[in-house]
Amino acid sequence: MEIDPLIFRLSIFILSIFVGYYVVWSVTPSLHTPLMSVTNAISSVIIVGAIIAGLSGNSETIFNTSSIFGFLAIALAAINIFGGFLVTQRMLAMYKKKKKDK
Amino acid sequence: MISSNLSAIFYLVSGVLFILALRGLSSPETSRQGNLFGILGMIIAITVTFLSIGNFSSGFIFVLIFILVGGSIGAFIAYKIPMTAMPELVAGFHSLVGLAAVFVAISAFLNPEAFNLGVSGNIKLGSLIEMSIGAAVGAITFSGSVIAFLKLQGIMSGSPITFKGQHPLNAIILLSIIVLIYFLCSTQSTNLFWFLLATSFLIGFLLIIPIGGADMPVVISMLNSYSGWAAAGIGFTLENTALIITGALVGSSGAILSYIMCKGMNRSFFNVILGGFGATENTSGSSTKEQKPVKSGNADDAAFLMKNASSVIIVPGYGMAVAQAQHALREMVDTLKKNDIKVSYAIHPVAGRMPGHMNVLLAEANVPYDEVFELEEINNDFANADVAFVIGANDVTNPVAKTDPQSPIYGMPVLDVEKCKSVLFVKRSLSPGYAGIDNDLFYKENTLMLFADAKKMTEDITKNL
Repeated sequence: MEIDPLIFRLSIFILSIFVGYYVVWSVTPSLHTPLMSVTNAISSVIIVGAIIAGLSGNSETIFNTSSIFGFLAIALAAINIFGGFLVTQRMLAMYKKKKKDK
Repeated sequence: MISSNLSAIFYLVSGVLFILALRGLSSPETSRQGNLFGILGMIIAITVTFLSIGNFSSGFIFVLIFILVGGSIGAFIAYKIPMTAMPELVAGFHSLVGLAAVFVAISAFLNPEAFNLGVSGNIKLGSLIEMSIGAAVGAITFSGSVIAFLKLQGIMSGSPITFKGQHPLNAIILLSIIVLIYFLCSTQSTNLFWFLLATSFLIGFLLIIPIGGADMPVVISMLNSYSGWAAAGIGFTLENTALIITGALVGSSGAILSYIMCKGMNRSFFNVILGGFGATENTSGSSTKEQKPVKSGNADDAAFLMKNASSVIIVPGYGMAVAQAQHALREMVDTLKKNDIKVSYAIHPVAGRMPGHMNVLLAEANVPYDEVFELEEINNDFANADVAFVIGANDVTNPVAKTDPQSPIYGMPVLDVEKCKSVLFVKRSLSPGYAGIDNDLFYKENTLMLFADAKKMTEDITKNL
C-alpha cells in the first residue's frame, strides 16, 4: 500500500523539531536576542506562499481578492526578511572580543 | 519552469541552510557566517518559487514591486532602530509574520486552485485543516504581538489588565476555535472562515493583556514560537519543505526560550500565561519595612569605594536600558580598568525585556563579550569581589528569594550580590520592583544606595574617579 505524502511531511516536521531542539540549546545565552531576530527573518520564508498567491491571477486580471492578499503578504514578509536579517547582522557586528585593552 | 521534484530539493537545501544559520549562533565568531547562510537560504527559496511558477507575466512585476517596497521599509527600520528598542522591534516583526500567515491562508482559501488544493467550496480536507490551524495560530500571533508591542512601547500600560471571569472566558473562546475549525472543515463555509479569524484575533488580544511588563521575555519567546507553528501550518498546506522545517525550528526555538525564561523566574509557564503577577501583592509587605534605616550616598562616595576596590562586578537590569546608561557605564568601567581594577558583568537570565537584551546593549556599548557572564558562571565570584554595582536591576538581586518561603519570588535563582564586601545600588527611589516586594538588600549594612538616574549617576561617578 502506498504511504500518504502527508506522512513524509509529518516526518520532516517532527525530525526538524528535534533538530531545532538540539541546535537551539547550543546557542549561547548572550546571543538570544539575535536568535529571536534571525528566527523572525527565516520564518518569513512564508513569502513563498505569498508569491504563489500573488501570481494566482491570470493575464487579464492580475488583481483579484486572493492575489491582493498575496501581494500584501509579500510586502509584510519582505519587511521581515530584510529587517530581520539586517538587524541581526547589525547586532552580531557589535559582539567583539577583548583586544584593544586600555 | 523547473520540475516540482527539483524545486522540492532546493526547498530542502534552503531548510538545511536555515538550520546552519541557527547553528552558527552557538558562538559569536561563527554567528555572522550563520546569518549569511540564512540569507542564502532565503534567496534560494524565493528564486525557486519564481522558477517553479514560471509565470513571468505582468503579475511578476508587481511581486517585485511589493518585495522592494517591503524590503526598503524593513531595511530602513533595521538601520534606524536603537538597540534599546529591540524588544519592541521583535514583537512588531512577530506580528507581521502572523499577519502574513493569515493573508496567505485567506488567499489559499479563496483561490485553492492556484495552490493545487482542490476547488473553492471543495478544498481537500487535510489541506483545509492545516490551513485553518495555520490561520488561527497566525491570527493569535498577530494580535498578541501587537499587544506586546504596545506594552513594550509604553503606549499601553505595562501593568497586568485583569477582570473577573477572565480565565473561563478565554477557555470558552479557545474551545470555540476548535469547534469552529471542525464545522469549517465539514461545511467549507466562507463565513465560518472569517468568523474563525475574528475569534482568533480576539483570543490573541485577551491572552496577552493580563501579562505584566517584566514577564515580557516569556511573552516574546512564546509569540516567537507561535509564529513558527503558524508558518509550519501554512507549510503543510502548501506542501513546502522549507516552510515546514523553518516552522519547526522557530517553533521549538521559541518554546526553549520561554522555558529558559520561566526557569529564570522559577515560575511555571502557566503561572506566567495566566498573568496578573505583581498586581496584587503591592499592599502587603511594604508598610512594615518602611522604618528600616537605609544608607544613601552620592557619586563621590561611590567613586571612593570603587577606587579602593580590586574587583568590581556590574549587575545591569532593565533600568539601565530605560536610562540608556550603557555607554556611560562602559566609560566608567574604562576608567576603573585604567586604575587596574578587575571588572566583569553579571547578567541574570530575565534581566531586561527579552532574552539576551542586556548582552546586546553591552555589546552596543563596545563591552567585549568575554567580560560578560551568565548567572551560573559568575555567582560564586560575588563572595570574592569588593564592590557590586547594581544598575537598574532589582528583583533579580533580592536575597529574599533564598530565605523567605512566603515571598512570591521564593526559589527564583538570584545573583548573590549581598555576598560582596560592599554593594552600590543605583535606583531612583526605594520603591519595590516588578514583583511588588521590598528588596532586603536595600537595608543591608554593606549597601550604599545611590538615588539618581542611572545614566547621570554613572557619569558623575566617572568624573569623581
